[in-house]
Amino acid sequence: MNAAVQFVHEQLTAKRNHPKFKAGDNVTVNYKIIEGGKERIQGFRGDVIKIQGVGATMSFTVRKISDGVGVERLFPINSPNIESIILNKVGKVRRAKLFYLRERSGKSARIKEKRM
Amino acid sequence: MKGIIGKKIGMTSIFAADGKQTPCTIIEAGPCVVTQVKEAGKDGYSALQLAFGDKKDKHANKAEANHFAKAQTAPKKFVKEFRDYSLTKNLGETITVDIFAEGETVDVVGTTKGKGFQGVVKRHGFSGVGQQSHGQHDRQRAPGSIGNSSDASRVFKGMRMAGRMGGDRVKMKGLKVVKIFAEKNYILISGSIPGHNGSIVYIQK
Repeated sequence: MNAAVQFVHEQLTAKRNHPKFKAGDNVTVNYKIIEGGKERIQGFRGDVIKIQGVGATMSFTVRKISDGVGVERLFPINSPNIESIILNKVGKVRRAKLFYLRERSGKSARIKEKRM
Repeated sequence: MKGIIGKKIGMTSIFAADGKQTPCTIIEAGPCVVTQVKEAGKDGYSALQLAFGDKKDKHANKAEANHFAKAQTAPKKFVKEFRDYSLTKNLGETITVDIFAEGETVDVVGTTKGKGFQGVVKRHGFSGVGQQSHGQHDRQRAPGSIGNSSDASRVFKGMRMAGRMGGDRVKMKGLKVVKIFAEKNYILISGSIPGHNGSIVYIQK
């Protein structure tokens, strides 16, 4: 990343201490939702299938199966609406983008867990 | 009018407290030196000539070197005149990003990225043929008819056709100044601006 862009990013983005995660990990994203003037926190638990971008524009996609339907949600990692990210499981995968999971379902859509 | 010369650095985005994300462009603007003051009485119109970006002495010819010496400054790479400047500045004074304030709307002038020789679909937004079959062997992106038959017997001037695209001077109007880093001469402007990173842009109001 360009030094000037890095400088601006450091000045304007508040430092957050989210755990380090990568594609294949199972995470819970606690996201602030404002409904009818009220604020509440909603958890979204699933597998990270993509981490995209650098610096302030970095984002990640979480995929979960909800009532048999695949649901994907994209979060900007620097969004102030992310209350916290919890790392549940570390996955053992061989690529950075797990789009192949979209064509799979059931047992074949599982990700092996990496035991520490 | 007030204005400054700058260099496009790159893009980033800013998050507001409510989570709203604003994409913005970083421009390194100024400091610019006033190298000539034009007055209505003497020159026929009023303007300020600003210069930006140092260059080596050996790259300036005698005319340039002496012109910059009048303003007591090193030779500069880029020179631009701003008509009817609203701030009064004298020869040799510097202009920095401080002339703008956060939240102000400005216009940004730049040169768009060159795209080379492009067809009508990309260059003018034609929709193409829209069919794969019914005789469309290899003309899905063709322009179609360019005119009438014997009445006219010519193609009208200005007919949109394939050709060189990009590399045009473009003015983006009404962009918002999001943030200013005066000590680094950076100015952040909402949205994208024309040109590649490192290209010269004029910020004006």
